[in-house]
Amino acid sequence: MKTFTKAALAVAAFGVVAGNAQAGTLQDVMAKGHVQCGISTGVPGFAFTDDAGNWQGFDPAVCQAVAAAIFGDASAVKYTTTTGKTRFTALASGEVDMLARNTTWTFSRDTDLQFEFTGVNYYDGQGFMVSKDLGVSSAKDLDGASVCIQTGTTTELNLADFFRSNGMSYEAVPIETNDEARTNYTAGRCDIYTTDASGLAATRSTLDDPSAHVIMPEIISKEPLGPLVRHGDHQWGDVVRWVLNALITAEELGVTQANVDEMAAGTNNPEINRMLGAEGDLGAMTGLPKDFGHQAIKAVGNYGEIFERFIGPSTPIGLERGLNALWTQGGILYSPPFR
Amino acid sequence: MTDATVLTKPSDAFSLTKLWYDKKYRSIILQMIAMALLFGAIFYLAGNAVSNLEKLGKTFGFDFLWAPAGYDINQRLIEYDSRSSHFRAGLVGLLNTILIAVCGIILSTIIGFALGVMRLSPNWLVNRLSYCYIEFVRNVPVLVHILLIHGVIVTTLPRTKDALNFGDNFFLSNRGFFTPKPLAEPLFYVVTATFVAGILFAWYYRRGARIKQEKTGQQSPVFWVTLGAIIGAPIVAFIVTGMPLNWEIPELKGFNFKGGLALKPEFISLWLALSLYTAAFIGEIVRSGIEAVSHGQTEAASALGLPRGRTLNLVVIPQALRVIIPPLNSNYMNITKNSSLAIAIGYMDVVATIGGISLNQTGREMECMIIVLGIYLALSLMISSVMNWYNNRIKLVER
Ligand SMILES: N[C@@H](CCC(=O)N[C@@H](CS)C(=O)NCC(=O)O)C(=O)O
Repeated sequence: MKTFTKAALAVAAFGVVAGNAQAGTLQDVMAKGHVQCGISTGVPGFAFTDDAGNWQGFDPAVCQAVAAAIFGDASAVKYTTTTGKTRFTALASGEVDMLARNTTWTFSRDTDLQFEFTGVNYYDGQGFMVSKDLGVSSAKDLDGASVCIQTGTTTELNLADFFRSNGMSYEAVPIETNDEARTNYTAGRCDIYTTDASGLAATRSTLDDPSAHVIMPEIISKEPLGPLVRHGDHQWGDVVRWVLNALITAEELGVTQANVDEMAAGTNNPEINRMLGAEGDLGAMTGLPKDFGHQAIKAVGNYGEIFERFIGPSTPIGLERGLNALWTQGGILYSPPFR
Repeated sequence: MTDATVLTKPSDAFSLTKLWYDKKYRSIILQMIAMALLFGAIFYLAGNAVSNLEKLGKTFGFDFLWAPAGYDINQRLIEYDSRSSHFRAGLVGLLNTILIAVCGIILSTIIGFALGVMRLSPNWLVNRLSYCYIEFVRNVPVLVHILLIHGVIVTTLPRTKDALNFGDNFFLSNRGFFTPKPLAEPLFYVVTATFVAGILFAWYYRRGARIKQEKTGQQSPVFWVTLGAIIGAPIVAFIVTGMPLNWEIPELKGFNFKGGLALKPEFISLWLALSLYTAAFIGEIVRSGIEAVSHGQTEAASALGLPRGRTLNLVVIPQALRVIIPPLNSNYMNITKNSSLAIAIGYMDVVATIGGISLNQTGREMECMIIVLGIYLALSLMISSVMNWYNNRIKLVER
């Protein structure tokens, strides 16, 4: 009887978990010929559609690198846009093979929601953006303000904690997407927009007069953002992890989009040779072609190049490398070795 | 002879072919097959869901409801903060759903009845106006109405600093409509008590008046006595006790108005959109209801010498209601169900809280969806049973 009730109840929400979340994602991906990648609905620099209508940006680049590593073709990706709220259901149900979408690695997402974060591609923290004419200089002066937050994020939980622990009150204005947040913020429905500092910089760049808004110095949380896959399929997790590591290692070893073809022919650095497939066959160990590193870097460039192209100081987003510089250059970006 | 008996007998004896060729058996068999298929399907789906959950390594259970929710809700009818449980968050959401449903039902009924009556007006302009409104509004999806009104409020109304000020008591800005909030002093209970007593008295008086009219044919001034008991007496009590009511006036402090009552843009836009939209349908229902009462009835009533007001009250409306109530019921349920579109503008109803943020933060899709499903089912059944009760009450009683 107990199993019956359980079963009967389960029918109701059957659709939610109808997908097949089994091992063998790499085989499935190869069979269907593309990677199904979950991305955000749009954050300038991080995920946007170019003039030709293709998704580009700091996050889609990870998907493209994975596709290039598997198929030697960076365009073998199909995208599913997800909001902060729909992303985990999309991944858990098997609707997408991986997520690359400003997602924070947290304990409960790793253990309870059962996802595997395959590294960090941006070390971030939560910040606040306000209009300059409000004349506030510190997040501690925000008592009573209306705050726009995206629902289903770590942001809304941090926000509640921050105001609570500082004995301040606020009006939460919940929204679904970054774009909606922008609209509400510019219309003055909320005084403050809070999200990952990178997202704030990205959003600020699209405002009519970016210089009229400040991002406050306080960072109230740690938000390590990275790609993730479902628990339980270690091979697929390894694929995504080591493609990301290849992009980071490439920067460290000076392999760029421009010189990767040349270097793939063989260099006198054995690690480069192993990563690009000139020596040994690391790829085979996780079901990938021998030249997976070569293809990934050729398609999107190394980590530094991706950063520079989409969100770096020379772009309208204008983010500094900061924590996201290589460990050799004062940051904390560090990839395990290719060996 | 024996052969003949055998020939006529089979109709009683059992044979396998009869299972199919006899109507009675056939229908039983068909029903059994249908049942088997239905249960088979249910078990197949449920089994799948359970095994999928197991594959995902997820357990099924409602324990998460007691963990702290961790998020804040901007509109709440009961105490709630980010340390409260998911269960309480769901309760806050449920109350918000009920609030919007009740407010929507009341406003849409008022507008709808007005539209219906206008539609029947002999005045060409009034009639066309109502017609155009109905045709326009009900042909645009309700979600569009919601987004439109919300967009208009947020983008065209002034910001908090420049809020429209109505006599220093009421303020309107793109963060909502702020009104004074009544604060009852201890003596106010006298007024409340008088009000309750008034209702009881009015009910008692009406009953007495009806009995008297049935016995003697004499009418009593029911309307005025009711009005006096329910409204007049409490007003007198209010004045006699020295007006024991204070008003908390909203005041601009820092970023926002503090104090008073606030109707947030999300509530206003959802409420207006649902009401205006559903009113268009109710208008048509009311029109058809009134038109269904044949003109002969009105003529007969006036031939009997009934004045126009009484004709409406005693002859037309009771008969029209019989046609109006059942479809009205389904429109009330529609309002309740459509209120789940709240999520589009961030009104924190039950779908946005337990079925949205809680679901997302805990990853309990199945459990949360079952809860939301159950809640809407219960709300719909509740509306339905109230309406059915009312329908039975006004049914044609044959004497
Ligand atoms: N890192 C936080 C917040 C992620 C988040 O929602 N970020 C926003 C702004 S940076 C975003 O990606 N929005 C994209 C969208 O609206 O689809 C989390 O993982 O919960």
